[in-house]
Amino acid sequence: MSKYSSVFDIVGPAMIGPSSSHTAGAARIGLMARNIFNTEPKNIKIIFYGSFANTYKGHGTDLAVIGGLLGYSADDQRIVNSASDAAKLGINVELTTSSKETEHPNTVRIIMEKNGRTFEVVGISPGGGRAEIIEINGFKMKAVADSNFLLIFHIDKYGVIAAVANLLASHGINIGHMEVARKSKGAEALMVIYTDQQVPDNMAAALKNIQHVSDVVVFNQ
Amino acid sequence: MLFSTIEELINLAESKNLKISDIMIEQESASTGKDKDTIYQQMFNHLEIMESAVKRGLSKKVKSRSGIVKGDAKKLWAYTKSSRSLSGSIITEAVAMAVATAEVNACMGPVVATPTAGSCGVVPGCIFAVQNHLKVDKKDLVEALFTAGAIGLIIANNASISGAAGGCQAEIGSASGMAAAAVVQLAGGTPKQCANAVAIALKSMLGLVCDPVAGLVEVPCIKRNASGASLAIVAADMALAGVESVIPCDEVIDAMYRVGRSIPVTLRETSMGGLATTETARKIEKNLK
Repeated sequence: MSKYSSVFDIVGPAMIGPSSSHTAGAARIGLMARNIFNTEPKNIKIIFYGSFANTYKGHGTDLAVIGGLLGYSADDQRIVNSASDAAKLGINVELTTSSKETEHPNTVRIIMEKNGRTFEVVGISPGGGRAEIIEINGFKMKAVADSNFLLIFHIDKYGVIAAVANLLASHGINIGHMEVARKSKGAEALMVIYTDQQVPDNMAAALKNIQHVSDVVVFNQ
Repeated sequence: MLFSTIEELINLAESKNLKISDIMIEQESASTGKDKDTIYQQMFNHLEIMESAVKRGLSKKVKSRSGIVKGDAKKLWAYTKSSRSLSGSIITEAVAMAVATAEVNACMGPVVATPTAGSCGVVPGCIFAVQNHLKVDKKDLVEALFTAGAIGLIIANNASISGAAGGCQAEIGSASGMAAAAVVQLAGGTPKQCANAVAIALKSMLGLVCDPVAGLVEVPCIKRNASGASLAIVAADMALAGVESVIPCDEVIDAMYRVGRSIPVTLRETSMGGLATTETARKIEKNLK
């Protein structure tokens, strides 16, 4: 299969400069993190690694990630003022860099907090404006921007996966790929389910009603 | 895909008596299921973003976060109006508009990565300069972007459009080839002449390394957008004059792929060699920290 199939992969994406990997990809990681958290965070901690740590200032990677966390897309001009926008909204942002080795050079860890609820995600920007989340709350996984997928936080009990799959099937939604990770037997677990069809928003509630499911996040392409 | 090589693309266009852009729109519609109007509109929107970036870069003094960019596009634009230009107004205007776009990119402005953010000035610079001198309308410019995109797709799939993978030849080089084809089409050339222009442009860029100072998309990227644009217009002129590339375009693209693989990692966007490790680059880097 070809690596690129759309003309808009070549004449595109429309974005805020200067770098597709260090700005556009970073903004999309921030936006994915916000969507995973499902609400606007009150306290944000950002840790840059590798090339992000070395060059974030010149590339505006910090502004891009903060912009994404405020809900701005990669071509939104408000990214340039995202740090002051966050301050105006009373959101605390703490930014640090780490010299710790990571698998990918463009890596960022984002810790979001609001009313005692905390989420920690790790994202990478592999290039060309693409973005991936590779870790959520300690679960190693892979969620790619621009695809249809579901995150299902649940307790590791028999039947939960089957119930989720059955509900999707009953709505004519096919699972293309899926991963399951758990902290330990019978403990917190996470399903990442890639679907061929878009999952309607109202299905999130139905999925959340399944016993032992604690939270559901829907991403549509 | 309707085409995976330049030869297939050209044969398809010439046998159907169509432009390269027509084939690209057909392919996009077939692969996405979107109708042609929707696809055209999306490209039109991208053209508008490109136009705004050019206008902004030429008229406003833009400044990058690093402080390196200080508005060379404005200087160049004034120069184009002075009638002192040695290389002629189309090339000088293309250079000014390419630099304008690349500067807006460096200053966190809105651009369209074509094919990348670092090389986003080449194609807009060329097509808007041609628009100033030939009788072409906006629809022609949108079509020229589809033609540029078709060429870029083939290069991306058979070689590379990433500086980290293939050096600057993959970014500015690809952009220059894409722009050359776009310009030939705007000037009324044939698909075959487009292919020759692409080959001529790419051949001149083989081996160009990616060595950004302090890892930023500024030095030497912005000025390379200018050289990529000027080369595209020269290559288009040569092809329109009937000059043919001895090495067929697909073989040039294959050479570009092989050359890219031979470029050491120190010269592929790592800032570990070339201009990035000069004395002045080290000073700039130190001042940024």
